[in-house]
Amino acid sequence: MSLSVHFETKQHVLLVRLAGELDHHEAENLRNEWQTIMARQELKHVVLNLESLSFMDSSGLGVILGRYKEVKQNGGEMVVCSISPAVQRLFEMSGLFKIIRLEENEAFALETLGVAS
Amino acid sequence: MNKNEMHIQFSALSENESFARVTVAAFVTQLDPTMDELTEMKTVVSEAVTNSIIHGYEEHDEGLVHIDCVLCEGSVELTIWDEGMGIDNIDEAKQPLYTSKPELERSGMGFTIMENFMDEVDITSIPGQGTTVRLVKHLKKSKTLCN
Repeated sequence: MSLSVHFETKQHVLLVRLAGELDHHEAENLRNEWQTIMARQELKHVVLNLESLSFMDSSGLGVILGRYKEVKQNGGEMVVCSISPAVQRLFEMSGLFKIIRLEENEAFALETLGVAS
Repeated sequence: MNKNEMHIQFSALSENESFARVTVAAFVTQLDPTMDELTEMKTVVSEAVTNSIIHGYEEHDEGLVHIDCVLCEGSVELTIWDEGMGIDNIDEAKQPLYTSKPELERSGMGFTIMENFMDEVDITSIPGQGTTVRLVKHLKKSKTLCN
């Protein structure tokens, strides 16, 4: 099962929904597409919805951390939501929750960044 | 149950990472692991195979990655190895968040994940000859005995 990526812009927020499996093989494409969209539009924050992500390994952590650094450099914030217990363990192990906020669902995550539903 | 083993080898290509973890998971399923245990084993296979491809062979699209999987007495023993460039300093490589390739956005969490998800992790490496990672997991509920 490969990775499918859905990008959507909501005002100044880029909404990223990942579905399928995120490993080293998928990581580079994701990085390129994500960087292209962030550069093309004036987007400040990112909401990362991982509800349909069935598998992720440390390569996924690397891509997310890389994008977090770029968002932070522009004064933005990254929020992750709808995370599975397995992916949550990887986030905890690597300390990502110290820098990336976790919210229960997409609507609430967007709301905290000032996007009205 | 007698010792039950499986061996695969495949080209060191990133598209085979998914093949490797799904194949191991399919083989291990006969011990009736929990979903968590299965996810943990898929993750560590992905980590070790990715290491071989990125670090062992430096993504040169040549060389083979080998996996031996042995099921015995409710335990899974995985040996994953390559004939790549090897690791100079294993202790350094095992440090959480350490990566020799930050430019590739590696998180440096591969060995940390292996140590968290498995009961035993042994890494042996000879620079210029390759790296072998041996991973053992004792499944919680399995009652399968090995003669």
